[in-house]
Amino acid sequence: MIALVANPTRAVYAALIATLAIGWALVAFDGGTFTLNDLVGIQQRSAALGIVAVGQTLAILAGSLDLSVAYLISLVSLIAAETMAGQTSNILTAVVVALGVSALVGLVNGVVITKLKVHAFIATLGVALVIRGVLDHLYDGPAGRVPVDFQQLGYARIGPIPVAAILWAAVAVGVWFLLRRTRFGHRVYAVGGDVEVARLSGVRTDRVVIAAHVLCSLCAGVAGLLLASRLGAGAPTVGTDGGYDLESIAAVVLGGTALAGGRGGVAGTVGGVLLLAVLDSVFNQLEVNSFFKDVVRGVVIVVAVAVYARRTGRRAS
Amino acid sequence: MEDINQKRAESAQVILRMTGIGKSFLGIRVLRGIDLSATAGEVHAVVGENGAGKSTLMKILAGVHQPDEGTVEIGGETRSFAHPVEAQRAGVAIIYQEFNLLPERSVADNVFLGREPTRRGLVDRAAMDEATSRLLDELDEHSFGPRALVKDLSVAQQQVVEIVKALSVDARIVVMDEPTAALAEHEVELLYRLIRRLQGRGIAVLYISHRLREVFDLADRVTVLKDGAHVATVPAKDVTTGELVKMMVGRELDAYFPAKAEESAIGEVRLTVRGGGNGKLDGIDLELRAGEIVGVAGLQGSGRSSLVKAIFGAEPFTRGEMTPARPASVRAGVAAGIGLVTEDRKAEGLALNQSVRDNALLVARAIGHRSRTTVSDLLRRVQLAPPRQETEVKYLSGGNQQKVVLAKWLTVSPKVLLFDEPTRGVDVGAKAAIHDLMRELANAGTAILMISSELPELIGMSDRIVVLRDGRVAGQLPAGSSEEAVMALAAADGVAA
Amino acid sequence: MKRAIPIFVVLAGLLVAIAVANPFFLEPAGFLAFLKRVAPLAILAAGQYFVIVSGEFDLSVGSLVTVEVVVAARLIDGDEAMTWPVLILLVVIGLLVGLVNGLVTTKLRVPSFITTLGAMLILSGAVFLWTGGAPRGALSQGFRVFGREGVWAVAILVVVVIAAVLLMRADFGRTLVAAGDNEKAARLSGVRVDRVRVFAFVLSGLSAAVAGILLGGFAGVSAQVGQSLEFQAITAVVLGGVVLGGGRGHVVAAIAGAFTLEALFTLLNLHGISGALEYAVQGVIIIAAVAVGGLRLPSLRLSPSKV
Repeated sequence: MIALVANPTRAVYAALIATLAIGWALVAFDGGTFTLNDLVGIQQRSAALGIVAVGQTLAILAGSLDLSVAYLISLVSLIAAETMAGQTSNILTAVVVALGVSALVGLVNGVVITKLKVHAFIATLGVALVIRGVLDHLYDGPAGRVPVDFQQLGYARIGPIPVAAILWAAVAVGVWFLLRRTRFGHRVYAVGGDVEVARLSGVRTDRVVIAAHVLCSLCAGVAGLLLASRLGAGAPTVGTDGGYDLESIAAVVLGGTALAGGRGGVAGTVGGVLLLAVLDSVFNQLEVNSFFKDVVRGVVIVVAVAVYARRTGRRAS
Repeated sequence: MEDINQKRAESAQVILRMTGIGKSFLGIRVLRGIDLSATAGEVHAVVGENGAGKSTLMKILAGVHQPDEGTVEIGGETRSFAHPVEAQRAGVAIIYQEFNLLPERSVADNVFLGREPTRRGLVDRAAMDEATSRLLDELDEHSFGPRALVKDLSVAQQQVVEIVKALSVDARIVVMDEPTAALAEHEVELLYRLIRRLQGRGIAVLYISHRLREVFDLADRVTVLKDGAHVATVPAKDVTTGELVKMMVGRELDAYFPAKAEESAIGEVRLTVRGGGNGKLDGIDLELRAGEIVGVAGLQGSGRSSLVKAIFGAEPFTRGEMTPARPASVRAGVAAGIGLVTEDRKAEGLALNQSVRDNALLVARAIGHRSRTTVSDLLRRVQLAPPRQETEVKYLSGGNQQKVVLAKWLTVSPKVLLFDEPTRGVDVGAKAAIHDLMRELANAGTAILMISSELPELIGMSDRIVVLRDGRVAGQLPAGSSEEAVMALAAADGVAA
Repeated sequence: MKRAIPIFVVLAGLLVAIAVANPFFLEPAGFLAFLKRVAPLAILAAGQYFVIVSGEFDLSVGSLVTVEVVVAARLIDGDEAMTWPVLILLVVIGLLVGLVNGLVTTKLRVPSFITTLGAMLILSGAVFLWTGGAPRGALSQGFRVFGREGVWAVAILVVVVIAAVLLMRADFGRTLVAAGDNEKAARLSGVRVDRVRVFAFVLSGLSAAVAGILLGGFAGVSAQVGQSLEFQAITAVVLGGVVLGGGRGHVVAAIAGAFTLEALFTLLNLHGISGALEYAVQGVIIIAAVAVGGLRLPSLRLSPSKV
């Protein structure tokens, strides 16, 4: 047990397995069954959050954070759906435009944080407000139409596995690889660990933070595309309704990544997202009130971080 | 040595030449007309009081600051660095007092930070590990490997990592800023060996230190800075310590320490420890009397800081007896009339963004002490000049900051005051003022326990010296004992070894 | 206090601009209406200030405000006799939530961002679990008077401001700032760091309770009453020049930040900028304000303290 807790990534997977087992038992006791289909459903549901959280991991590892992802998701869903306008031939253009806008938002976040030296909390909150203003100004409700071909992204399966889950896995593996094997990844850890040390070692710290934010926003953009394909249209509230801003931060921290940056990784985040999703599924099976789910989620997040804090604290003393 | 000298004669080319360097911050001139040169294989010491401009000069060399005037030539080429990395690429490596390492990353990751080798676009971890191992071998360092996490290494080991980092960039100039400040005495020897190796490779070492003994041990030439100006550059063998100090401060070393306590001035027992121990200490017996200054000597890791923290209640004793009662917390210690002037002023002593006034009153406010002397009286007592109460302490010099720390404790008139390296990083002028204050406090009846790794200070100030070794009291020495006597007691091999 | 000067200049400028656009603003009734509108946010900003200056965050205040209003509506349910008992209960709830936030943050060493994020989820989940998804019941007239009558709101605001200033001058306030600036030094000076931090969270919880009482009267009962108030409060505090991370800034400036934010909304409305774009303008201004404040700092940091 101590060995498990000693490594947050392992701890979150242990918790995940335990939750699955207990959930399975509870559901069975309740007279239901927990099938492979449910597991697949978990994947499907967690894909959007998972993709955002993987991006958020980059921002947090670099010592920053991004509160603008929720509104960005809504914006991207609308841009994509309106550009597609129901035509398959527009898909490519729409994806390019949507991701271009995402990258731009990430660029703004990064530049405001590094060049204007605004605390990430305030900078991304400000950008979130700007996007919100634009959304509220231009849209009253769902808009645009996503062609059936693009809806495959949200609903199709390859064998038993949803395309959305594959997309999530691809994003997660890509970012994992980026962090482990590229110079950029090494520098993200360095900047998040100690920005001054990184700078004195010749790391162009501003660029790293900006790049991390661009990638984070791109992930949010991908999630926005995925949600648009599910809805068949763009919606101005799809991002905030999902609570993707705070929820993605919660998932990252649940996965053992330090909020202060420089410690943690994608593997933990994936575990964190899955843990939240499994909880969700079990509660759905048990038909638990959705407000009760919020309560449990809040408790789980705080307890998990308290457990991690205990072990790092012991090491320090 | 013969070999090194020969090598130097062959390759005595000038690697570094800084000429007429000047720099101002916010209109305040901190450097003017500084010349400094270094040749291959030379150890060139740069000395001067705090505020003399050593660090600024080195930061200009490192590309952290840009000079307002003057030129920097490296290998005969005039260079100007807009960013530290440019200096690094030009062959300048700096090892700062506070290491520039990432605790959560491996040794190899740290060594190659910012210039990770790649193969087909990906970081080549095998190559990093291998290169790091090779350099560690060359330095005879086998106690840790390239994959060890920096947070698991000792201070001396981390310094080796910094040196490996310098070697891995093929540095031609290595700057060491107070490299022995955090090292234990036996580790200093190892550092000397490392520096000799750097010399042997034809690297120019710029060695910044307060400790003149090291300067004479190591340096070929010494450059003295004072108030941002160049005083002299002389071969180390042509000067004496006294002459150097005179150049640095413009006065002789005499009258450095206030007079010792008279026999009759030493009064009642203020503090006793019998068999005190905790995780780091064992069987501590100690007695402190009103009016005396007791010095604590010992190697790094001998438990000196642990001892004062235990008496103070920050890392309490878990065994043994103490009068006043063993404090279980800082607050209990303060309530029992014990104060601690910590070793690291900035990290543990002061709230840097707060005013002089707020810092001076911090202890009194924390324990709700009511009968406060006015702050202006306090500041006069510690000779803070100018005694501006609203200045944020981060703008004060090291010496003035230390006076604020002292003022903080004087508000509650402690019966026992513990000093951990009271004059570290304090310039010579303020040092004397702090020494006078300590003696004044003792004369007024405070019992003082003082840790110092500077033996002249320890011997000059103490009425009695307690020597620690491996968390135990190794022995006591009377006032005026020789440095050799103290060292012999502190370093003697224990029975276990 | 020097850091605080810009916010007062900006605030004065905004107030002048409002007065020019709408002379009614200068009349007692007009200004009173403005103060009434500002009061809840100003009170929340004061509470948030204590937490931020100690080096922490409180993201739970928005949900807490909602909880307070929803609980009040359900328990009072139009019954005047219930007004005072419920008011007392609301204050107790605020204090308790703050206490738990503080204890979890200090004793379990959970970063306050996460603690209060968790509290946010738990609070809003719990209150709607209790009411079955939507607010029920109604507030009494006696309850609504605090938020609706400008005089009451202003009186409460004045009391809060005075109390906050006195607290910050007292030993508590000075040790709180010291703890936010350098926790270790404060601890080694005998400051009960955990205790002052917990107390800061308790004050923040209390401020949310008071703000909730005012907002219930002012805006009525809804599930959205406290929505994103935590961000507004933090924004106000930061606008006032208080540094995230602790140790720097003045409580009056934080409250002035809330006034500035509200004055900004008022001005935007007067100039017919739609409610929607209001957010965009707000976002730009927040970033700009902090950027201007932040850009000054590096030049100070260059002072050769380490030379």
